[in-house]
Amino acid sequence: MKESWLFAFDLMLVSTLLWLAWRALATPDLFKGIVLFIAFGLVLALVWVRLDAPDVALAEAAIGAGLTGALLLTTLAKLGAKSREHERE
Amino acid sequence: MNKASSILLFTVLAALAVALGYAVIFLPEQAEGLATAVSDQMGNSGVDHSVTAVLLNFRGYDTLLEMAVLLLALIGVWSLAPQSRAETISIPPASPVLLALFRLLIPLMILVAGYLLWVGAHAPGGAFQAGAVLAAAGVLALLCGKRLEGRLAGWPLRFGLVLGTAMFVAVAAAVMVGGAHLLQYPLEWAGGLILLIEAAATFSIGVTLMALFFGVRPITDQRP
Repeated sequence: MKESWLFAFDLMLVSTLLWLAWRALATPDLFKGIVLFIAFGLVLALVWVRLDAPDVALAEAAIGAGLTGALLLTTLAKLGAKSREHERE
Repeated sequence: MNKASSILLFTVLAALAVALGYAVIFLPEQAEGLATAVSDQMGNSGVDHSVTAVLLNFRGYDTLLEMAVLLLALIGVWSLAPQSRAETISIPPASPVLLALFRLLIPLMILVAGYLLWVGAHAPGGAFQAGAVLAAAGVLALLCGKRLEGRLAGWPLRFGLVLGTAMFVAVAAAVMVGGAHLLQYPLEWAGGLILLIEAAATFSIGVTLMALFFGVRPITDQRP
């Protein structure tokens, strides 16, 4: 019984991961794409836990999801500021 | 993205997924890998956790290069984004809620970083994770409008940035004086040396990631 629950959980994780990855790539809104990428990183951390790799899961949650997300968001903010300057000029 | 390119992207990704799935399905059932080799040598590593043993001792050279890559990334960003007095992103004044949360979270995050660093010797954790938590605390501080003071933004910041790599190289070179190979820690000191390197690396990773988030070189007091 426990195995089948875990299998269902794994199946849900994999399908969520694939769906998030697809949405992050396909969405035309960059901000939405970054948020989806962060969500993708967090689900991926769960996948690493299920694969018995807690070290990688920690690194993925902290660096992959957290800091990369923050870096992408500042980049987006700077890109926005630059394109607004262009419009003014 | 138009229809044709999105179909092309989907096809390429689907082909990649099929290839990866094929590779996973045809993996050998019981792959030995290097797990036995690592567990045989665990007694010589100075730590009790195999991942830390591989990262800091058996493959310490790779980790040393990773630290250097992080430093190079920041040098690259700094040389592309010139030092400017004007803030590139204008952050609205932080709300009282954010500031209260900031005061609560910063000590907790520093504590968690220290715990992750210490626990790395015998359980999942270690310098990169601890450094990332430290950097997250720094990013939170930047978002609250905190900035490095001018006198800290000069050489103290640069010292913090290179500390991890410098400590790693210093230890790597120092053990050679005793007649060992590069990064071959003496057995009785291995645990302490690994902790020393990891502590320095945690601090530097935290500062480097925070500086990467800030993007531009911080303003220093001295005129160049």
